[in-house]
Amino acid sequence: MTEQHAGHQPTRREVYDRARRRRSITIATISTVVVIGALLVLIPLTPGWEKVQQAFFDGDVFVDTLPILVEAFWVDVKILVWSTPPILIVALLVALARNTRSPALFPLRAFAVVYTDVLRGIPVILLVYLIGFGVPALGLSRTWANPLIWGSVTLVLSYSAYVAEVIRAGIDSVHESQRAGARSLGMTNHQTMQTVILPQAFRRIVPPMMNSFVSLQKDVALVSLIGPVEILRQAGIEKAKYANFTPYVAASLIFLAMTIPCTRLADWALARQRAKTGATAIS
Amino acid sequence: MTADPKLSLRGIRKSFGDTTVLDGIDLDVAEGDVITLIGASGSGKSTLLRCINLLEPVAEGQVILDGVDIAEPGLDPDPIRRRIGMVFQSFNLFPHMSVIDNVAVGPHKVLGAPKSRARADGLAMLTRLGLADRADAYPDQLSGGQQQRVAIARSLAMNPEVMLLDEITSALDPELVGEVLDVVRGLKEDGMTMLFATHEMTFAREISDRVCFLHQGRILEEGPPAQIFESPNEPRTQAFLQRVIDAGRM
Repeated sequence: MTEQHAGHQPTRREVYDRARRRRSITIATISTVVVIGALLVLIPLTPGWEKVQQAFFDGDVFVDTLPILVEAFWVDVKILVWSTPPILIVALLVALARNTRSPALFPLRAFAVVYTDVLRGIPVILLVYLIGFGVPALGLSRTWANPLIWGSVTLVLSYSAYVAEVIRAGIDSVHESQRAGARSLGMTNHQTMQTVILPQAFRRIVPPMMNSFVSLQKDVALVSLIGPVEILRQAGIEKAKYANFTPYVAASLIFLAMTIPCTRLADWALARQRAKTGATAIS
Repeated sequence: MTADPKLSLRGIRKSFGDTTVLDGIDLDVAEGDVITLIGASGSGKSTLLRCINLLEPVAEGQVILDGVDIAEPGLDPDPIRRRIGMVFQSFNLFPHMSVIDNVAVGPHKVLGAPKSRARADGLAMLTRLGLADRADAYPDQLSGGQQQRVAIARSLAMNPEVMLLDEITSALDPELVGEVLDVVRGLKEDGMTMLFATHEMTFAREISDRVCFLHQGRILEEGPPAQIFESPNEPRTQAFLQRVIDAGRM
């Protein structure tokens, strides 16, 4: 015992913490193994497993259809890429319109309220039908009757209404004292919003925004209802061709390959931001 | 007093709902004067400062800066606020900006100074307040005393004609109060006109040209610090100071 003086003698607290940590890791490992093991053993024991395996997890069908599904997925990606900037712009404008105070701008405020209420209140799938079939029926020229355009417009209308509310909540979450600080420097309302309020609001709404963005990535598939052959429709075609549901599983995996990295990326960016501005280097 | 006062308050009234917060405030502040406002919480000190900076509209009365009533309804408050600096109890620094950006943003955005110039001036200001080595840190990485000094630097960067200090040491740990008060001492030496709402009685006594005791939205008593602290006329001033002494704060 006397020799251990030079080295680090663990305190009773450290010994206790270490034992606790070991115990939680053991429990987590055992429960994971048990759950996964049970699933692997039990599911194949169900009476329908054989059929389900053939219908949903056919390796040959998977390999055959994956390339064509990935190609069709590009349509989804394109719709996503060109819809996202207008969604953000429209959402920001609507959120700012709802935040105006001047009496002269009452109609703008009222419009913003109606916009968010109506477009958030209608299921996206109905909006896709209404706008996708309704607007081209007005007798537009061939170029403008493109379902890709009206499908994208629908997504912009619906999602900008959601995102506007997220942005508005973000603006409201910035404490009034920040506004006082900015105004005391002589900043105008506009400068205050631009340099002080919005940058802080945007940082706070990254997680809910990512949530909406992942949602949007999936809802892009609804555009297939009015015509374009994107991944969902292509998967339907392949399903009919092979009389097998495996293309749907393949399509799901392709979606996950996009949505999961997106969420992880957002988490990482947020954590980095926090580390940069947070209390880490007090001197 | 021969010269016109830098700042005059005439019959300032203000209420929130049914509560009267300021009930007819009159005050003259000459150029280079340091006026401290003392009084219990809720006596109207903070609201008075916010009214002078037009962060709160006054219900009645005049705020006369260099002979012009800046509380005149309909006047654009933004150009006036540029001339009046304000430091808040809770610092109100911008957490998403580095220290140097906090200090440079006013001159750059509001006064239109080029960014490089605003940052160079900001760095000079930070150096003056002993904060140059923290220029690239973010507010949340600083101690309370450092944050408040940055807030003062941010305000001074606008070259204000008057500084309003709203209980700027109240949110600080006792051992950090001194570094902030040292900055205020420096400002007095530079001849800055200041209105200072505070609970630091010892400091108020040291630095003030005049002390105003506020009670229920009125200036009950006003005079040189020696008079207010040693022989106050008003029984309510005596009672307030007695409470401060009993609390061990003086």
